[in-house]
Amino acid sequence: MTAPPDDCLARNEWICGAYLSSRRTILWDAVLEHLRLTFSAVLLSLLIAVPLALAARRWRWAGAPVLAVTTILYTIPSLAMFSLLLPLYGLSASLVVAGLVLYSLTLLVRNILAGLRAVPEDTRQAARGMGYGPVRLLLAVELPLALPASLAGLRIATVSAVSLVTIGAIVGYGGLGNLIYEGMNTFFKAQVLTASVLCVLIAVVADLLLLGLQRLLTPWTRAARA
Amino acid sequence: MNTLAAAWAWLTSAAHWSGPAGVWHRLGEHLYLTVVCLALSCAVALPVALVLGHLGRGGALAVNISNAGRAVPTFAVLVLLLLTPVGGYGDGPTIIALVLFAIPPLLTNAYVGMRGVDPEVVRAARGMGMTGRQLLWRVEAPLALPLILTGVRIAAVQLVATATLAALIGGGGLGRIITAGFNLADTPQVVAGAVLVAVFALLVEAVFEAVRKFGPRWVRGGAG
Repeated sequence: MTAPPDDCLARNEWICGAYLSSRRTILWDAVLEHLRLTFSAVLLSLLIAVPLALAARRWRWAGAPVLAVTTILYTIPSLAMFSLLLPLYGLSASLVVAGLVLYSLTLLVRNILAGLRAVPEDTRQAARGMGYGPVRLLLAVELPLALPASLAGLRIATVSAVSLVTIGAIVGYGGLGNLIYEGMNTFFKAQVLTASVLCVLIAVVADLLLLGLQRLLTPWTRAARA
Repeated sequence: MNTLAAAWAWLTSAAHWSGPAGVWHRLGEHLYLTVVCLALSCAVALPVALVLGHLGRGGALAVNISNAGRAVPTFAVLVLLLLTPVGGYGDGPTIIALVLFAIPPLLTNAYVGMRGVDPEVVRAARGMGMTGRQLLWRVEAPLALPLILTGVRIAAVQLVATATLAALIGGGGLGRIITAGFNLADTPQVVAGAVLVAVFALLVEAVFEAVRKFGPRWVRGGAG
């Protein structure tokens, strides 16, 4: 038997280049799973949130219950949320995505609704006076004006989703969370720190990308401030 | 819906409520963690926020700290702390992580509340000859109270959620019922634990909502 190598892996150091190079594929797979889970969750909740927000604004009676239900969903701690979905989805990636969708929904619905409600009545009347029908009014006037608030909500929802994916480790689908969980059980410092840092990096990059998108889509908000 | 019936059976069986792994004990741990950490984080965050808000400095800090708090996964912080020397002290990592994640909402809301005080009122108070300290305690802090309490509410709900995650690193609290259920592959127990955690979190939210609605006028704020 040969003597164990005296490198940072053997010494279990926090920062370890050998870990990065030897576990590159594992890390890359975890990052990809993390991105997949986050992206599908945010996309799905966006698809659900827009009609919900429109309905909540269109019918006054629908507003309060929609906000109440999404607020209750948001109050439920993440571990409990994933656990409550266990009988429905079993130990699967769908469980994690479903849980994340329910969280993002609150943030998105609230922000889209706030954006739609902030459209000045004068603007709406001007559009109607120019002969805009209800559909064109919505697509060409109201939704674009609600964009800054909606995108702010989307940024918060995405960043929160990136960090919540890690809890998915409890069912084995946590992206980088799996590595953190595994690293905890084996006291593998380099793995825990690397996965944690990558997780924060993903959140920061996603936030910056969405900020860029916001600047691109809503140039008028910058012009107004300048 | 067999699982739901089984979860109900789990919840209504007296044996699961007593003993050191029983619901009452776990609930006690959860409540203890939440209350102690809420007090600690208020003691840290509120004085800083009040002074910064009074001086009108550090606004960027107050806003950015809550964005940073969102980007850092709670689970990662818990595990990182567990692997540091702090991990040797029982609830140490849990308490530090809980306090860290409760500070941003407290700081941000209290700061925004302080800055939101009508400048006319502040000028009038100065005109009456109030010192900075009097202004802070008699004018700004009382007027910012509704938002400060909003921050406390958000922090409390966040603490309940984070305390649940403590179970993942072997800490106490109701989360342990869930993690034990996962380890036993006992879905009814997982669901029962999740129901308990969810009800507890909603109760905490409801208590704060009741205080806001039915509390004295100075708690609700002028508009209430």
